[in-house]
Amino acid sequence: MARIRKPIPGVDPKLLIKDAGKLLPDPTRRLFLRGGASLGALTFLTGCDIVDGLSAEKALRKISEFNDGAQALLFSAAKLAPTYPQSAITRPFPFNAYYGPDDAPEVDGKDYALEVGGLVDNKKKWTLDELYALPEVSQITRHICVEGWSAIGSWQGARLSDFLQRVGADTRAKYVWFQCAEGYSNTIDMPTALHPQTQMTFKFDNQILPRAYGYPMKIRMPTKLGFKNPKYVVAMHVTNTDLGGYWENQGYNWFSGL
Amino acid sequence: MTAMADIEVAAPDKIVIHPVWVRITHWVNALAMIVMILSGWQIYNASPLFNFIFPPSITLGGWLAGALLWHFAAMWLLAVNGLVYLAFGLATGRFARKFFPIRPREVLADTRAALAGKLSHDDLSVYNAVQKLLYVGVIVAGILIVLSGLAIWKPIQLQELTTVMGGYDAARYVHFVAMAVIVGFLVVHVALALIVPKSLRAMLRGR
Repeated sequence: MARIRKPIPGVDPKLLIKDAGKLLPDPTRRLFLRGGASLGALTFLTGCDIVDGLSAEKALRKISEFNDGAQALLFSAAKLAPTYPQSAITRPFPFNAYYGPDDAPEVDGKDYALEVGGLVDNKKKWTLDELYALPEVSQITRHICVEGWSAIGSWQGARLSDFLQRVGADTRAKYVWFQCAEGYSNTIDMPTALHPQTQMTFKFDNQILPRAYGYPMKIRMPTKLGFKNPKYVVAMHVTNTDLGGYWENQGYNWFSGL
Repeated sequence: MTAMADIEVAAPDKIVIHPVWVRITHWVNALAMIVMILSGWQIYNASPLFNFIFPPSITLGGWLAGALLWHFAAMWLLAVNGLVYLAFGLATGRFARKFFPIRPREVLADTRAALAGKLSHDDLSVYNAVQKLLYVGVIVAGILIVLSGLAIWKPIQLQELTTVMGGYDAARYVHFVAMAVIVGFLVVHVALALIVPKSLRAMLRGR
């Protein structure tokens, strides 16, 4: 299972430094486990610096891949995320990204055309009007961030599994990869793509998705952590190659199921 | 191991206070707990529940992703080791023998004696009432921290468990409180082991 590290076009490293304070320690430091601060406590306890940064990170990433498998086994298509009443919606629903709201991508809806590629029969591009005409489903579910906080939101759009069927996707393929306008990306497992609550989202709380929440399209997966729910999606590919993702490539767990 | 077996043969009259399974699971648990606590503090810092964070210099992982990698690696060690410990403790009757009964009157009397510095440590094979309460309490906290952790990690696949914990947000507080109880126990436990060094020796050598 090769994890290809894709270059991220259009991402300003300065923005990363400014806005990802909580998630990123220091973007220039690739080896996040090395360094006095991170291992200070263990060094203190053992009296020697036993854990070499590089080998420790390799071992931990191996275990993280093992955890991907364990989570895939635990995942059940029949388990639905709990849903909530309208009154439970968190207002205002938080904006969250590795950049500030002012730097969020501005996608022009008139020019927008969703690219559908990979192992699908019909690779035609989809305009917003065509996407809006798809049968609508709605959910009020809990969005859970990898940081630990959560918020309840209301999302409307088309069921992804219906769409995959409509475009003649090979649903025996392993993955679906999403590319976003700002260069963010995500790869998810096919069982999650086919989960009944996985949604191509065009609306938040019955209003056209505002820019902050991912206009024109986000992929809402209540069964995965927030960062696995891409916003500003411009392309989706059905594939047997794991193309990784923005945060996954930096050490966050790939499956990140809930 | 060979050396320890030799000692047992050489001194058959001495009672083994801690059988080898207790000693192994104790030290594996100590390592797993410390990794879980230190990485857990870093995870807590990403979205604090209270108006404070843990000093980053005493946390493990360097940043959130690193801490999560440590946390979700050490969880296997903690859980599997914990299950082995509970299985042995129940199957051998050690829990029933050593930890029970716990009588409130004895707990009060032993607490008073302990605070007055008059609690006897002559026989390490018998736990006083305060010890019984603390050991049972920390085992319960250990079970609770694993269950609340699972409830936070898998609030959909294990949603029944999350509901029992009072929901996703409440489960985070349960997880935190269980951590605080365990850290509190750890402080007292280590301090007392240092005050009564032969108890530390018993956990290393068995007697």
